[in-house]
Formats: sequence, C-alpha cells, structure tokens
Amino acid sequence: MLDGRSQIKRKLPTRLVLSASWLILLAIAAICAPRIAPFDPLAQDLFLGQLPPFWVQGHEPGYLLGTDSLGRDVLSRILYGARLALTVALIAGSITCIIGATMGLLAGFLRGWVDIVISRAIDIWMAFPPVLFSILLIAVLGPSLTSIIIAIVVIDWTRFARVIRAEAMSQGAMDYVASAQIAGRSRVSTMLTEILPNVLPTITVLLTLEMGIAIIVEAILSFVNLSISTDDPTWGGMIAEGRASIHQTWWVLVFPLITLFLTVLSFSQLGEGLKDRFDPVLR
Amino acid sequence: MSFLTIHNLSARLKGRPDQILRRVSLQVAAGEVRGLVGESGAGKSMIGKAILGTLPNSVEISGGQIILDGTDLLALPPAQRRRLIGAKCALIPQDPLTALNPSRRIGPQITNRLVDILGWSRSDAEKRALNLLAEVQIPDPARVMRCYPHELSGGMRQRILIASAFAAEPKLIIADEPTTALDVTVQKQILKLIAAMQARHGTALLFVTHDLGVVSKVCQSLSVLYAGMVLEDSTIPDFFAAPKHPYSRALLQATPKYTDPDGSLTPVPDAVIAATRAEVEASDRSAHV
Amino acid sequence: MQFLQSVIIRVCTTLITLIGVAVIVFFTVRVVPGNPIAMMLPPGATEADVARLTALYGLDKPIPQQFVIWLSGVLHGDFGTSITTKQPVLQLVLSRLPATLELSVMALSIAIVIGGIMALTGTRQRGTKTEAAIDVGNGMALSIPDFLWGLILILAFGVLIPIFHISGRVTPSLALPFTSNFYLTESLLRLRFDLWLDIAAHMFMPALALAIPLAAIIGQLLKQSLKETMHLDYVTLARTKGYGETHVILREALPNAILPTLTLVGVQFTFLIGGTVIIERLFSYEGLGNMAIDAVINRDLPLIQGIVILFAVIFTGVNLLVDLTYAALNPRLRHA
Repeated sequence: MLDGRSQIKRKLPTRLVLSASWLILLAIAAICAPRIAPFDPLAQDLFLGQLPPFWVQGHEPGYLLGTDSLGRDVLSRILYGARLALTVALIAGSITCIIGATMGLLAGFLRGWVDIVISRAIDIWMAFPPVLFSILLIAVLGPSLTSIIIAIVVIDWTRFARVIRAEAMSQGAMDYVASAQIAGRSRVSTMLTEILPNVLPTITVLLTLEMGIAIIVEAILSFVNLSISTDDPTWGGMIAEGRASIHQTWWVLVFPLITLFLTVLSFSQLGEGLKDRFDPVLR
Repeated sequence: MSFLTIHNLSARLKGRPDQILRRVSLQVAAGEVRGLVGESGAGKSMIGKAILGTLPNSVEISGGQIILDGTDLLALPPAQRRRLIGAKCALIPQDPLTALNPSRRIGPQITNRLVDILGWSRSDAEKRALNLLAEVQIPDPARVMRCYPHELSGGMRQRILIASAFAAEPKLIIADEPTTALDVTVQKQILKLIAAMQARHGTALLFVTHDLGVVSKVCQSLSVLYAGMVLEDSTIPDFFAAPKHPYSRALLQATPKYTDPDGSLTPVPDAVIAATRAEVEASDRSAHV
Repeated sequence: MQFLQSVIIRVCTTLITLIGVAVIVFFTVRVVPGNPIAMMLPPGATEADVARLTALYGLDKPIPQQFVIWLSGVLHGDFGTSITTKQPVLQLVLSRLPATLELSVMALSIAIVIGGIMALTGTRQRGTKTEAAIDVGNGMALSIPDFLWGLILILAFGVLIPIFHISGRVTPSLALPFTSNFYLTESLLRLRFDLWLDIAAHMFMPALALAIPLAAIIGQLLKQSLKETMHLDYVTLARTKGYGETHVILREALPNAILPTLTLVGVQFTFLIGGTVIIERLFSYEGLGNMAIDAVINRDLPLIQGIVILFAVIFTGVNLLVDLTYAALNPRLRHA
C-alpha cells in the first residue's frame, strides 16, 4: 500500500505541469515585457492600423499578431496587459484570501454572535449580483488599480468565508481540538495552531481559484471600460475593442481572448489539481 | 434434474489473476433449501450475484456454466437473461433498510415486476400484493401499500421484501444473509417466516449465510465455501453428524450450538487454515495444467 | 407544524437580507463623487438650477433621512424617478425584467438538458472512454466563466460560422405586435413562429454562454450522486426483477439522486442570473443587466438602486423557492 501511494505521489499530473508552465511563462513575459515587447504598447500609427497577423495577406513584418485600428501592436499590448492581470491576481487574490479566510475561521470556530454576524453578512452579500456590484464599486471609487483590487476583495471575500467557515466548524468538532482546549490553550491560539494548519490546503486551493476569478473580474471591468485609464493596455479593453470591430479585425479579439482563456483555465486546473493532491480520499 | 446447476464457475477481478470463485459446482433441486456457508470474503454472496447477473463491474466470469431450468444463463444475451431471471428467480436482500427505494411507495415496489416484466394487469398485481402482505403477517396491508419505506420498521420492511420476492411465484429464491442486519429478536421471526413461506410455495431456496446455526434450522443441504472454492457438499444430517473436510469440522466447532449456546468455542485453528489454503492453491495449479 | 415554523423563519431571514441589501446599496451610491445633477444639466447652468434640481431629487437632505424617504417610497411601490430618462424607476425596470427573465430561464433549461444528458450518459457508460470524455469536458466547461464562453461563442457562431445572431434581442426591422415584453413567450402564444425563431436565434448564444458552466456543474453533481445511488441495494434488487440498465437509472436511481442536485441548481441559478449583467452587455441584449451598466456609467442613482434591489429580490426569492421545493419533494421531510 505504502509503495503504491508514494509512486502516485511522485508522478505529477499532466494538468498541474501544463497549467503551472503556462503561468510561469506568462509571469516571465509580464516581468520582461519592457524588454521583449517589440513595440511601445501605447504607440499609435494610423498608417499601420488594422494590420492582420503574420500569416495573413497584407501583414507588416515585425507586427506578429497584427495591430488594432489605432495601429497599436497587439502582441505588445497583450504582454503589457499581462502585467496588470497578474498584479491584480496576486494582490487582490491574496487580500481576498486573508480577509475571507479570517472571517470564515472566526465564524466557524468561535461560533456565537461572531458567527451570526458574519453569516448574516454572507447571506446579504450572496443576494448581490456580483458583476453589477463590482461595476458599481468602481464607478464609486473611480477607475484605478486600487479600486479594482478593492472591488474584487469586497465582492469575493464570501467565497473564502463560506467554505472555510464550514471546514473550521467540522474541524472544531474533532477530538484533537477538544483536547487542546482541555490542555488550557486559549481559543485564539487553538484556532491558529490546531484549526488553521488543517484548513490550509483548502485555503491554498481557493486562493489559486480566486486568482483566476480576479483576472476575469479585471477583464470584465476593463471590458465595460471601468478598469484603469482607458489608454493603458488591458486584456479586457482589447477584447472590448475587438468585439466592436469583430467583422473587420478579428485578431484584436482572438489573441487576448486566447491568452485570457489559457490563463483562467490554468489557474482553475492548478486549483483542481492541488485539490486532488490534498484530498486524502481522492488520492 | 435439478432446477439450478452451477458447473465449474470461476470469476476473477477484471484484468487481474485474483480468483474470486474457483471452479464452483453446486446444484439446487426444485423445492430444495440449500445453505451456502463460508466466512466473509469466501465468495458466497458472489455466487448469488453471478446467478442473478448483478456482479460488480470489476468482476468478470472467467469460465463455467450457470444452468437455470435447462438454460445456460451465461450463453444468453443480457436482455433475455434479465427477463428470465426476473420471471424465475428472486432475491431476498441482506439489508432491508437500503433495499427499498426511499422515494416510492411500498405498493408499486411489490407490483412493478408483475406489471412491467410479467405483463399482469395493475389491479391483479395489487390484489396479489395485498394477499402476500397478509401472508407475511403485515397488519393493515392496504395502508402499508401506500406507505413510504421510512415510515416502517426494519422488521416490517424485511417482511415486505420477502413478500415481494414471492410475488411472481419464482422457482428459485436467493436469500443473501437475510437476517444479518436485523435485531436478534426479529431475526428468529424472519427466519421462521422465510421457512414457512418456502414450505407453502415449494420454492427452491439458496440460503447464503455465515451462520451454521441458521443453516441447521432452515436448510436441507449445504455447500461450504472457502476462498471461492466449494470444500464440502452434503446433506444437513450428514454434515452435522460427521463433516468430511477438516475446515468444515473446525468451522462447526467455532459455531455456537443451538442445543448448547453457552458451550465452549474454538476458533478455526491456524493450522487448518494453512492446510486448506495449500489445498486451494494445489487445486489452482492442477486446473491450469 | 415544524414545517410551517421553518418556513416562517426562512421568510424572516430573507426579509432581513433584503433590508441589508437596501442599506448597503443606498449608502454605496451616495458616496459617488461626481454630482449626477450637474452632469444632466446643459453647460452654463447656474448654481441655482443645480440646487433646485438637487432639492427636487431630495439629494440635499442628510443621507439617513434620504434613506427613510426612499424606503417608505419603496414600500409603497415607488422606487423614485430615473435621473437620465425622467421615467419612474419601477416602470423602467419592469419593462426590462421580462427580457432578463426569459434569457435566464432559457439558459437554465439549456443547462438542465445538457447537464442531465451528460450525467445520464456518463452513468450509463460508466467505466468507458465516453465517461472519461464527459468528465474532461465538464472540467473544462467549469473552469471557464460565462463571460469567456460568450466571447468564444461570438467568434464561433457569429463570425466563423455565422448561423446565430450575436447582438440584440430581435431583428430591428421586424414589426412586433406584442403587448408585453415577454417576446419569446408571447410570440409562441400568438403562434407567430417566424418571430419566435428570430427571437430564439438572438437569445440562443447568450443563453448558451450562461448555461455552459451550470450544465457542467449539474452534469458533475448529478452523475456523482447517480453513481452513488447505483450501488444501493434497491437498485440491485430492481435489476434482479428483470429491469434493464436504462430503466434502473431513470426510474430507480434518478428520483433519489436528483434532490442534492436540485438545491445546488437553485444557488447556481442565482449565479446565472447575476451573470446576465455582463452577458447582456456582451451580446447587446436589451435586458436589466445592460440597463444596469448604463445606469452606473450615467450615475443614475435611483435606477441603480432599483435594479440592484430587484436582483436581490430575485436571488433571495429563488433560494426561498428552492428550499421550499426541496422540503415539499422529499417525502422524509414532508412527513416529519
């Protein structure tokens, strides 16, 4: 039995490898964007507008994935867009995770009125249409990176809180927690040393999934023109442009869409893959 | 000519050499009550499942024949086989708590085979079900027919399952540890009920159990199973007077006697198990030659 | 008796939730920096004009007082007047609601059909390559949100193989004889199948985009609970009675496996309705969500409030309905 299990452990699932590779590649591309991007993503050249990608008749050498209607290089804009997408994923994802998981732990382990207040708040949050609420928040806060992050944290903390609350509740009912309590440990210390390590795998999985969700939310916000300033390259903004001129310049929509698709898929597959590895029943 | 003949039946886990049944042969004559005895994991339930065609997907039959009333079941196409089983056989399952569909009323669960498979009219089937429920001593059968399973006790549900098994007047009933999941007090009543029903309807019964005490009360003959192999096949008086196989003898000594329930018990000695195991392996080797 | 009691408790918590939503929305939109009144006046308007209009919309009073005024209006069915269109909010919102409802229900139906077929096929073919393929497909469909599915569908069936409409609710040149805004339903009732086809062809792509992730969830969960049910004794017993695999799955396993899926579908349906906001925008579909985004961009405070409250009413209403249906369908709960 033992041998069989360690054998499975050694073999990494393909989807973990593939999704992690894509994300690492994207991260490198984002960090090195100023060095590897062939053009300034903001440089407009109306004479070079609406150029198709390199394999289509009428392309211009150097513009690998073509240009948009203002003559801006699609590839360079995708590379620079990755910077914003990954920044949002990391920062918004982490903050959402910390706030949401803390709420969940407090509600699930301390119970009592803390639980009542947090659970009621979760119920109220669940009654909001999330996309509309985030758009509303950006309108209130004004478009900026900080606003995007705040909007994501505000709408998504319940994702963590709900799941972690349930897990902390079931962990809290276990004997080892009771014995830690009998040993005279304080509630908070028990929560941090006994409960937290046991819900950490779940938190990691949720965090990975949340990063993908944060990227989508950012894309949606820039799609409705409410992300950061309208000139800065964002995947969502490019998609909005591409959607508007879909019958003339399909490539402006397709390439950012593929990038967004692969990135979101990778985060989600990474999360699911981690879930399988953490879950002793499934393993 | 016996009603059921199993000849050299072997089964194994799919894609693996692990044998679950080893060249099992046994016969059940019309109206006979045969016990199928063995420890858990000996493969006794698998034989019942092989006959009824409800083996788990992971198990495949690797050889042998199951002849029911002159027809080789394993040679039949699946749909035809199912209908034949549905018409001639029935199962009394082990756990009455899980063997009734929780979302359907009792009535249709008894009558559905009669109506859907055997083509009875609904009113005939309902009349038949009412009679059977009365026969298994269920008070107010008309009310019970309209109940959901969760409204009834475990003993009641097992009575209903017995009634349901006899509904189509099958020629063979397989009872798979029918009393194991019940309270001790209810066990005796259910056992008596099965014996009485069997006697009244003259149905052949294959009684799967680990309990030799039960076998001695209900059965006329028995097969002893170990590691998927039949070690001994004999009538009840012969077996309890002088079991032939050393393993059977040890098993008998490990069973509380109904004449002397407090008498001393000896677990099956390791030496006997080792010898039996060696015998099984030897038989495997000779079968491969 | 216990049943009635739990119903009352559920209704009360729903009301508390709705009040919470109202409070949060109201105070959030009051923080909006830009002055919506100044925006709607032509350039060159005087300070006095601004003050007059501000007073007209009640925006000069303290925020808590504004809330009380607004809430008492809401309780009388008066959600205020839209700043941009000068029409009553309730009237505007109700005129768009049918479009969003039809879209959501169509999406839900598609999701149930696809998800159900996936689950049943996967169960029927368990252990085969077909099941593995269904699992992979479900996993993909789940990973990608409706927004991206919408874009992919636009590319695939709007541009590459242009067989469906990708914007609007109906072809603008068509004369519509409708008296309600339930176009799809009314065209069917009036037996105008030509119109029905046109409307359905417009609705199909956005509905499918909304349906795909939900279909995957239904497919996965229903298959899981079907598989668990298929091992139970009563299913085995039904097999020994002579029933075939299909009958066993549909008649014995499905009714018992469907309950956990039902509760989940309820919660997920509210997510789907929330998704209509961006999907309607993407497909220029004239529903509530599209109107909501315009309202946010135009800072039309009364309209935003009205729409968010309406969404919240729908969400909590659906959840309430699902809980009650669950209790009514489960014989064990019904008799308890």
